Amino acid sequence: MFSFCADPAAISGSKWLACYLTTGKHVGLYWSFVTVLVLLAITAPAALLFGFGGATAARSHFAPLRLFGKFYIVIVRGVPDIAFFLFFVIALDQGFEWMRHQVLCPDWSEPIRQGNDFRVCPAAKLPLGNAPQWVHEVYGFFLAVLTFALVFGAFAANVLYGAMQAVPRGQMETAEAYGMTHRQTFWRILVPQMWVYALPGLSNLWMILIKATPLLFLLGVEDIVYWARELGGSKQARFSDYPHGDWRLWYFLGLLVFYLAFTKVSEFVLERIMRRLSRGQATVGAT
Amino acid sequence: MTCLATIQDYGLRAIGIGERLLPKEDFTLCQQFTLIGSGLIWNIYFGVLALAFGFFIANAVALAKSARSPWLRKPAEWFVLVFRGSPLFIQFFLAYFLFLTLKQAGILTWLTSAQAGALVVLVLNTAAYSAEIFHGALRSVPRGEVEAADAYGFTGWSRFIRIIWPTSMRLAWPAYTNEAIFLFHATTLVFFSGFPAWQQKGDALYYASYFADKTFNPFIPYPIVAMYFIIVSVTLIGGFGLVNRRLNRHLPQDRRSKLKYRPQIIR
Repeated sequence: MFSFCADPAAISGSKWLACYLTTGKHVGLYWSFVTVLVLLAITAPAALLFGFGGATAARSHFAPLRLFGKFYIVIVRGVPDIAFFLFFVIALDQGFEWMRHQVLCPDWSEPIRQGNDFRVCPAAKLPLGNAPQWVHEVYGFFLAVLTFALVFGAFAANVLYGAMQAVPRGQMETAEAYGMTHRQTFWRILVPQMWVYALPGLSNLWMILIKATPLLFLLGVEDIVYWARELGGSKQARFSDYPHGDWRLWYFLGLLVFYLAFTKVSEFVLERIMRRLSRGQATVGAT
Repeated sequence: MTCLATIQDYGLRAIGIGERLLPKEDFTLCQQFTLIGSGLIWNIYFGVLALAFGFFIANAVALAKSARSPWLRKPAEWFVLVFRGSPLFIQFFLAYFLFLTLKQAGILTWLTSAQAGALVVLVLNTAAYSAEIFHGALRSVPRGEVEAADAYGFTGWSRFIRIIWPTSMRLAWPAYTNEAIFLFHATTLVFFSGFPAWQQKGDALYYASYFADKTFNPFIPYPIVAMYFIIVSVTLIGGFGLVNRRLNRHLPQDRRSKLKYRPQIIR
């Protein structure tokens, strides 16, 4: 990075640290922070969408759909989330491959599950066997995002379901009295009003989502936990220009500070949004 | 091999009793149920002990947080902020490497094992979350009750232990029940976060992921884990419900606070 880094053995002190912190591997660490932020940026709206779907399903007048919605909300809440993360990553992968297998190789005769193996035809592999490395990484990340969205969708569904129930009954009755159809009442009366009831729950969920991001590591994505473990482990002079002892403690301390700062900033921002949204509403927090 | 023999071999495998080698192939449903169930021993161990120790620390921290002196209040606030504001997963990693460093220096060497080290982290973590709940409850004790206590001549410690604390526990109990449930869920993180499963003695999720890795079929072991945890959650709700009934026994039926199962809280 810097010109004085050419001979690592000759430098020391802060210069050494500056060179050390700008090695190629460390740049990988910094990019993985971006990965976490991208994950948050994609997952939050996706989970909201899943949650909206789940909440609407749970309120549906069509019994099977209602049961499905309620089941989705209840099951994810009752079981440790890590179990779901580990489960969905494999299950989704196999599900996609199975569907592609059915479509692409209709005349494949061998069974897919052979003992301890899951075998689909080569054309149905995801990603394809000859795909470049980045496709594998993007696919892994995509699976992770989908898993997060599914799990957090259930939490969001729970919050939104409660918020929809909290909209005063009188509002809906008035809309019906004015002759609005069921669909119109839903989109014009219920949905705009539910957000203020949903926001405390949703902001809580956002905090939880931030704190769930290190679990990316369990899903096989090279995230900040992965890099902190890799870079922090002790390096010997033979293998690295920058030998050091076991520094994982310091790397994870850095991560801890990062998350603390992140949650603190989010708390501040969400507080402002809440104050903004509750303006003119008939709730206790309104001004 | 019959199921009974499997249970004899693997029923207590998680604490090192019985067959040493884990099953390698031809996994039966019985094996999966038994091993994952034996792993549950560790989840219960972590959950129960962390709750038991955490309860007292949480009360102390909640009191310190309500204290007027900043010397007590500030450290308590920081303690709660650090443990509630950061992911439990990172806390486990950090603690493990901290304990490793300590071990190299020759102090507290026993803390690097999951059984002790992870328990310390879980105790502190649940103490922070519960302290926040208890602190909120302490602040919402009705003023009238405190005034009535004053009128009867209660002061200081006896006022606290006879009047304020029981009421705050009654107010906090529904939220604390949720905290207990999610603490049990959080115990599944232990063996995925640095702490080694020595001789493959792991918890329920550890064995479930072992089976999922070996069979490449997630559709059997994870639902088994789910089933076990639903049983644990229902048992917890039952147990805490009994305590809740006792805490509320002096109130008329319709004014008792009900236990409600609220959204999940990931650490």
